[in-house]
Amino acid sequence: MPYLEVKNIQKSFDGEKILDDVSFSLEEGETLAIIGRSGCGKTTLLRCLNYLESIDTGEVYLKGEKILDASYSKKRKKEDSFRRHFGLVFQSFNLFPQYTAKENILLPLSLQRKYRQKSGIMVDENSNLDEVVLGLLAKVGLEEKKDLYPSQLSGGQQQRVAIARAMALSPDVLCFDEPTSALDPELTGEVLKVIRELKEKTRLSMILVTHEMAFAHDVSDKILFMKGGKAIELGAPEEVFASKKEETIAFLSGYRHSNPSE
Amino acid sequence: MEEFGQVTLKLLGGFSSSVFLFVLTLLLSLPLGLLMSFGTMSRFLPLRYLSRAIVMVLRGTPLLLQIFVIFYVPGLLWGFQWPSLSTGNAYFDTTFSNRFFACLAAFSVNYAAYFSEIFRGGIQSIPKGQYEAGEVLGMSKGDIFKKVILLQMVKRVIPPLGNEVVTLVKDTALANAIAVTELMFQAQQLLNAGLIYPIFYAGAFYFLFNALVSFALRKTEERLAYIAV
Repeated sequence: MPYLEVKNIQKSFDGEKILDDVSFSLEEGETLAIIGRSGCGKTTLLRCLNYLESIDTGEVYLKGEKILDASYSKKRKKEDSFRRHFGLVFQSFNLFPQYTAKENILLPLSLQRKYRQKSGIMVDENSNLDEVVLGLLAKVGLEEKKDLYPSQLSGGQQQRVAIARAMALSPDVLCFDEPTSALDPELTGEVLKVIRELKEKTRLSMILVTHEMAFAHDVSDKILFMKGGKAIELGAPEEVFASKKEETIAFLSGYRHSNPSE
Repeated sequence: MEEFGQVTLKLLGGFSSSVFLFVLTLLLSLPLGLLMSFGTMSRFLPLRYLSRAIVMVLRGTPLLLQIFVIFYVPGLLWGFQWPSLSTGNAYFDTTFSNRFFACLAAFSVNYAAYFSEIFRGGIQSIPKGQYEAGEVLGMSKGDIFKKVILLQMVKRVIPPLGNEVVTLVKDTALANAIAVTELMFQAQQLLNAGLIYPIFYAGAFYFLFNALVSFALRKTEERLAYIAV
């Protein structure tokens, strides 16, 4: 039984199929990179997994338990509110501008504690949330920036705070939606480095939507190549990069000449 | 000199009424405006259209007319009398007359309508990503609004809100129309008694008070400067 199993997901917007029968699975601690041209459905896929969009058909299982299907409604979402299976790092960071780096990470943690207490779930009162936050900031190398506001941080630093924040609720799978696309080229390196370190030092399972081909090749255990909402290719990086499929070759050749190494 | 002292006292008395009207109107119309803005954005269509209709009427007719309607019409139709304060204290009882409360009601709903549109603009200008980040972090809808959206919205609406607040200071003079004993009322009484200068003197009160209001607004804006939105 795979750790995460995504089965036959379909999603249409206004009659246009954005996700057309996408399936993949992931073992614990693995990293899946999803590649493909803009508009191929890879971001929508992440949004569906994070309950930001509903799905038309299909199922998602985590450790054998069904966590998402077409009947998944807002009502059920409320009941599940303290079961965050996925964390999401956005392309545009989406930090809360009125809070410092530390407060950005603390907010979901303290709210989660509040919700749990309200629902009568035992909470470890002694666990110090501040320490948790500092630990997370240390993971992205930004402890000394803890009291700065997002507007005082560089784009790369903002994204690193966002990564720490996405890990705050200990999601089972951490998703990245083109985490470096909104960054200046000289700032992408620091973010990729953080992701690489997470991959090496933690057992975090990750799904990474990216245009950084070299990075996807290096860091992932599996690559999913999508086109027109369909999963064209799924396999180890070496396999996908050596694929004989026409579509895969055409897509990758666009990157070979301008290899965007970190 | 003695006369000037008396004029000053009289105007100060009127000015205090104006300030009460101003402050109480703000205290009532800001939260009411926020509620109205939720109404105009509601996904429940009857509520949305009703709220929009109310806002349209309140913004589309003169405030002066609304004061008359609110003060006179309930009495004519249903015999309703606006309450007044009766503490035995002469100052409080003349200041907080039934006319004052009718005026306060008219000002509050009228300004709430304007504020609601400003709030709506402010709320709708917050990027969707802020809501989505809150959602993905397991925050409840109420907490997303309170902890994430509200302060960003406040920062964005301060300049347009400031415009309305400055206008409100001057609009309190309209209460004179139903003989609320506010600043213009007192100045006009003095004018009727043959003194011209108090009317300019009253103007200085409004001007200085608005200078203070503008200063406070600017300070608030500066305090929120760290929020880059």
